[in-house]
Amino acid sequence: MTTATTTPLSLKELSKKPEQLAGGHRLCAGCMHSVIVRQVLMAAEQPVLASCATGCLEVATSIHPYSAWRIPWIHSAFENAAATASGMEAMFVSLKKQGKLPADADYRFIAFGGDGGTYDIGLQSLSGALERGHRMLYVCCDNGAYMNTGIQRSSATPLGASTTTSPAGKVLPGKLQWRKDLARIVAAHNIPYVAQASPHNWLDLMKKVRKALAADGPSFINVLSTCHRGWRSKPSQAVAILRPAVDSCYWPLFEIEDGKLTITYKPKAKVPVTEWLKLQGRFAHLFKPAPNEAMLTAFQERVDFEWERLLRQESCGL
Amino acid sequence: MPKGKVAGLTGNEAMAEAMRQIAPDVVAAYPITPSTQVVENFSQFVADGKVPTNFVTTESEHSAMSACIGAAAAGGRVMTATSSAGLALMWEMLYVASGLRLPIVMATVNRALSAPLNIHGDHSDSMGARDSGWIQLYGENAQEAYDNALMAFGIAEDPAVRLPVMCCYDGFTISHAIERVELLADDAAKKFVGAYKPLLPMLDIKHPVTYGAVDLQDYYTEHKRQQVEGMAGARGAILREAERYAKLTGRSYGHFATHRLEDAEVGVLSLSSSAGTMREVIDELREQGIRAGGLKLRVFRPFPAAELAAALGHLKVLAVLDRADSFGAFGGPVFHEVRSALYDAPQRPRVVNYIYGLGGRDLSLEEGRQLLRRVKTIADTGKVDSQYDYLQVRA
Repeated sequence: MTTATTTPLSLKELSKKPEQLAGGHRLCAGCMHSVIVRQVLMAAEQPVLASCATGCLEVATSIHPYSAWRIPWIHSAFENAAATASGMEAMFVSLKKQGKLPADADYRFIAFGGDGGTYDIGLQSLSGALERGHRMLYVCCDNGAYMNTGIQRSSATPLGASTTTSPAGKVLPGKLQWRKDLARIVAAHNIPYVAQASPHNWLDLMKKVRKALAADGPSFINVLSTCHRGWRSKPSQAVAILRPAVDSCYWPLFEIEDGKLTITYKPKAKVPVTEWLKLQGRFAHLFKPAPNEAMLTAFQERVDFEWERLLRQESCGL
Repeated sequence: MPKGKVAGLTGNEAMAEAMRQIAPDVVAAYPITPSTQVVENFSQFVADGKVPTNFVTTESEHSAMSACIGAAAAGGRVMTATSSAGLALMWEMLYVASGLRLPIVMATVNRALSAPLNIHGDHSDSMGARDSGWIQLYGENAQEAYDNALMAFGIAEDPAVRLPVMCCYDGFTISHAIERVELLADDAAKKFVGAYKPLLPMLDIKHPVTYGAVDLQDYYTEHKRQQVEGMAGARGAILREAERYAKLTGRSYGHFATHRLEDAEVGVLSLSSSAGTMREVIDELREQGIRAGGLKLRVFRPFPAAELAAALGHLKVLAVLDRADSFGAFGGPVFHEVRSALYDAPQRPRVVNYIYGLGGRDLSLEEGRQLLRRVKTIADTGKVDSQYDYLQVRA
């Protein structure tokens, strides 16, 4: 189903490509969303049309009468970036088939959503679009909470994180649940391409975007994104903070091509997940004396379990 | 006049025929009773290659309208169909479609809303969506459902309008009853609807556009005001399309149709299928010397307030039939608007409101007779027993 990419990715090539997301948008300094979008759009070899779920990315890039988007772009609501993009793609297919668009028109469709609009309220419309087989890439910019509305927990929020709706308190140690494994849920739709990526490893992310856009059907990339407001981290650490998330294997980088899983980055030395957690104020309570510190053990055990499972899955050729 | 054909069709079949003739570029829909048959029949047209449409079978009505919005913004003709809970699930997206000024056309097959669950016809679905910025046309029968669909794109796509249109007709009473329907020849229908000229299509990749930006306090009011201007423009567009259509078919439409209203003393105003029942009753009562008249409202949005005031002002008493209630308000949604329209008329009737036909309950001829006799009594005595009442409630 997936076709090989034709153009290799190189900094030289990328340096000649125009920026599709203009500077001057209102995203926070140290927010990784704009970095992800720039990497995604720059990796595309074809003209791209995008839809965007309601969220930080959308509100900060499209305040009328300005727009940071140099591509055709639409926001229609929170939970329907996938459904809106599937409508655009459907119109493209229809007009091309009818000869109302040039036969050589070769456009791509990308939907951007945060973890709220993807893991939670938008999961149904994402699932529907994947099942219908639209040729579109869905990119989830996952910063692990509903950041746009004030850092409420989402089903992507890590275990133990203190958010405004899962605050750490005298009897509760922050969020009680592990995050939803969205990549596996998406992969269960048996679409041609699913991946998990991080913008600190830009080459890995952009290669995945190329593969995803080359797929003859739906594709999905889950991208970890820093939110220093929600993570209570330093804006200057926006990129650096992602490294221990990946090196601890909390956020493994992998891809599933036509059902086959490949881990695209294996840390030479797996670091304890506390290396990532300790950089974030949302986990600060876990580093204080009992009872909350037991969450750190539980967190590490779960990371190890998931990583081992991923390794087993890869080694079995599944 | 180009020769069409006469067929025995249900309202849904007639709507599907209109959709086949219009051949939208994209239809995105989710089946819901009683509109299901529209998309079923249309699916068969797609399967048989009779339309070039890309039919997107979404997983919900919310996604159906979302996909319609994406498709319309991309730059082509888009249709869908829904009913009841499906329209309610679309509610958020109805506002987006009109706010983005996308000329989407939807068959809205009227049905009650839960709870209790009821699959049959009333107007609580479309009346709930009355403020969503959609133009609303109500058809009395399968013929009008078909005719409205053909006229809808000319209205929606008018540069002075650019608003989505609902073509409403009663669930089961119209959607599932077989009637005589006069269809245009395919080429005549196609010619009437005309070719689509997209406005700011996203698929014009060389001229990138931003749809659905954040609109803060500095512009939101102006954009809402523009929707009002679009609705104002729709008044003329609706009449212009009706005139064009009349030339082609001989069937003429306005904002409303009247029946023996000019010299009437008592009148009844209703929408959709009950209008036919009331015409029968009016004719009967006329034979008994009662000067009754009727008005069938076709266009609920934009509401033809001035025209209604002019047509109804001379009555002594007007009964407004509402097939939906507005709980906690003093009367149903149509009643409120009609009475408000009459308030400033130099001469105005007493206006009473009756809620009827909820959840698909038929309005019988006998009930129609009792209703008009009740109105006549009000005219004779000057006494209103109840200004807002339910008909058909069992003790």
